[in-house]
Amino acid sequence: MYSRAYKTLVSVPPLLWVGLFLVLPYALMFAHSFWTVQNEVLVHHWNLDNYSTLFSRPVYREVLLRTVRIAASVTLCSVLLGYPLAYYLSFHAGARKDLLYQLVIVPLWVSYLVRGYAWKTILGSEGVLNGFFEYLHLTHEPVAFLLYSPFAVVLVLTHIYTPFVFLPIYAALEHIPRPLVEASHDLGAGSAQTFRRVILPLSLPGLLAGATFAFVLSLGDFLAPLLVGGASGTMIANVVQSLFGAALDWPLGAAISVGIMIIIISLLFLTERLEKRWSFK
Amino acid sequence: MSHVTPTRRPPLLTIYAAIVFIFVYLPVVVLILYSFNRDGVGGFPPRHLTLGWYRQLFADASIWDAVVNSLMVAAGSVALSLTLGLLAALALDRASFPGKALFRRLVLLPLILPGIITGLSLLMLAVLAQTPLSLFTVFLGHGSALISVATTELFAGLQKMDRAQEEASLDLGATPWQTFWRITLPNLKLSLIAAGLLIFTLSMDEIAVTFFLIGRDNTLPLEIWSRLRRGITPEINAVSTLIFAVSVGFIVIWYRVRTRGLGTQAQELLERT
Repeated sequence: MYSRAYKTLVSVPPLLWVGLFLVLPYALMFAHSFWTVQNEVLVHHWNLDNYSTLFSRPVYREVLLRTVRIAASVTLCSVLLGYPLAYYLSFHAGARKDLLYQLVIVPLWVSYLVRGYAWKTILGSEGVLNGFFEYLHLTHEPVAFLLYSPFAVVLVLTHIYTPFVFLPIYAALEHIPRPLVEASHDLGAGSAQTFRRVILPLSLPGLLAGATFAFVLSLGDFLAPLLVGGASGTMIANVVQSLFGAALDWPLGAAISVGIMIIIISLLFLTERLEKRWSFK
Repeated sequence: MSHVTPTRRPPLLTIYAAIVFIFVYLPVVVLILYSFNRDGVGGFPPRHLTLGWYRQLFADASIWDAVVNSLMVAAGSVALSLTLGLLAALALDRASFPGKALFRRLVLLPLILPGIITGLSLLMLAVLAQTPLSLFTVFLGHGSALISVATTELFAGLQKMDRAQEEASLDLGATPWQTFWRITLPNLKLSLIAAGLLIFTLSMDEIAVTFFLIGRDNTLPLEIWSRLRRGITPEINAVSTLIFAVSVGFIVIWYRVRTRGLGTQAQELLERT
């Protein structure tokens, strides 16, 4: 129905643009990871030195492990907050369901920076929370460990990604045919049993999608650590940032970036497979 | 047989859900409350309510320059990504070319990969092309990264569209060009508005990509960012409260558009049966 000219006209511009402004930049990142810096000048000499540096120096492994730990904690916390909320909304919210749903969505649209900043004012040693403790005479000196710690990073990222985790879980729960739940009850299963045997398995694909979101997005975050992380909350993307900035070693930074890309893309590939296997027809 | 109705409200779950809601909204409430606090950010309870920080904000020229910069970048990004996203969606929906499946995935990369990687990659392109960093490079970065959002939304819109109308138009002698303007675009109106609003908001709020492409002139998030590093004042709370208010306004519009879209579709379905 559509002419050859029409098809060419709609395909060529986006292909060229995406090639020039997305594929070429990512390819440049890839190429840089095989180059070196000598006397602060980039040398286009192909080698694997950056990758062997990454594997031989324990500091990179440590930061990567901490990053994975933080991302995993964020994922776990977001699921522990997001799943019960989604379950409540889907099965027990009654007439207020739509209103509550929109209330969960609102923070998704609120600036990342604004939310990170708000936590900073809450957690600081002269912050709102410490002021509150003092007001209640719970403490006499400010509690300092709240801000500038991995804990603060996990808290801020959990706050940001809980709605992201909530969404796919809620969608999955909403798609569960209600007669299945009723049948389970009629056949004598209690609420807990129905949840474990019927609802949870059917919501697994949504749970997986949400958990993947939270993990992948926190893995590459560098703003929350800068804002509330302090030295002990440094993540892998902060290392990349400093290698591209003050340390001026773009090739090494590029090698880490390629590593992050590989981790994320293989993770998404894996979860896509699992999601297909777990989704029921 | 005992019949347990699934709508019975378990008290523990209700309390837990309420706590999650409090967790989600606590920072926003604190932020807004302390934007009216005369004695600065922190301490408890907030005392001496004042509009002074808002007055200071409205007199702050560099914040408003940053707002104008952000608006320009966001408007440009909407235009760029909607145009290319529309073409990409049409190509994915109607044309076949080698590497189509790969193209669909490549477009989505900026949504999947961390902003820092997309930002640094684009920085490398700017260095290669010897382009000085400015709001223009920020606009190119946002526009290109957000093609992903435009393509996804508009492709979904095209999939729902009834092709018979286009066929009829072509059969009745309209040129493909006329058909595109009079049939295809009007049918996609709601998807275009929804995608446009989403892209606008995302661009206004973007930091990670902007961080590496910014020149001398700041966008609003980067202006706030640079102030945060110098220390915090309720003026930042005031500007954040305003950003929050504008975002909420946008959501309301977005929902109106969305639900109206669903409404008309439901109506069409009813009319057909």
